[in-house]
Amino acid sequence: MGATQEGRKSPTYGADDRVLDGNVLAGSLGEVFGVEITSAHVACAGCGRRQAVAELVVYASAMGSVARCRGCGHVMLRVAQVRSEVVLDLQGCSSLRVAGEG
Amino acid sequence: MARVTWQPAYLVSRKEETADAVTLVLGVPGWPGHLPGQHADVRLTADDGYSTQRSYSLATPDHGAEVALTVQVVEDGEVSPFLARELAIGDPVELRGPVGGWFVWHPRSTRPVLLVAGGSGVVPLMAMVRARHESGGGAPMLLAYSVRTPDDVIYADELARRAELDDGLTLVLVHTRRAPNGSVRPVGRVNRSELVGWASELGPNLDVFVCGPTGFVDAVSDALVDGGVDGRSIRTERFGPSGG
Repeated sequence: MGATQEGRKSPTYGADDRVLDGNVLAGSLGEVFGVEITSAHVACAGCGRRQAVAELVVYASAMGSVARCRGCGHVMLRVAQVRSEVVLDLQGCSSLRVAGEG
Repeated sequence: MARVTWQPAYLVSRKEETADAVTLVLGVPGWPGHLPGQHADVRLTADDGYSTQRSYSLATPDHGAEVALTVQVVEDGEVSPFLARELAIGDPVELRGPVGGWFVWHPRSTRPVLLVAGGSGVVPLMAMVRARHESGGGAPMLLAYSVRTPDDVIYADELARRAELDDGLTLVLVHTRRAPNGSVRPVGRVNRSELVGWASELGPNLDVFVCGPTGFVDAVSDALVDGGVDGRSIRTERFGPSGG
């Protein structure tokens, strides 16, 4: 089981319901990595906070998604679907840890 | 793990749950199985090649080649009104899944579970309630389900039956706009003392799953953390009407 940081608080990003979370990235990232990625842990390049991909604050649009750190709001990950390609920008992640099988 | 790809599926049956929620049972010959809490992406392709996709939670535990999705209709949406009302029995769709591995409950777990649902956020949590029943598991489980009015309760009959028959399962309905006659709890949003009360009733080593609209999930998880529940035990899933 992964773990979130203790005593975490959700930043308020307004009542905009287009703000989702990283669970919504499961399908598109699954196609890229071929493994379940929402339970992988990423560390924020801005503040260092370690969190599951599922916990990121995601702004989804028809063009793609932007995922921000739940702690500091730093952009950690961008995903766009461009015709048949999925384009991924991971600049805001200082590490990505994926559990191996077994 | 095998790469998750699009698979052909077809509509087997549909059930009206409320005025704007419909459960679709799809036949998916190549379905690899799933855990409660996971979802599936549905892709529709028009004759001219235009295609669009949406993600829906799986409403039942793994039943082999049949999967059930409960679709909340977004009236001006592009996909949900079509899926809910126009897709005919036998019609094809494409399905990708299961997807997601974070917001899942393992039916073998014996740890107490607090499930908090806002509106159609009940769907993946219902898969957990059903999985507990089907696996004969004894984990103490409390489902707190927030709805606007009694007419909005998805799975109402089955939930009432489960609450009566399933040992160790507790159902709490929270009405935010209109409650049934004779209801003890005043109408209003779920509050911190209720949440903390349920958590402490269930005891230590608790797992918490919260699913609903973003504002609901943020409010509930913040209230639980403020009330002393370990944030590491809380798993959340947010959805919005953007899907349509």
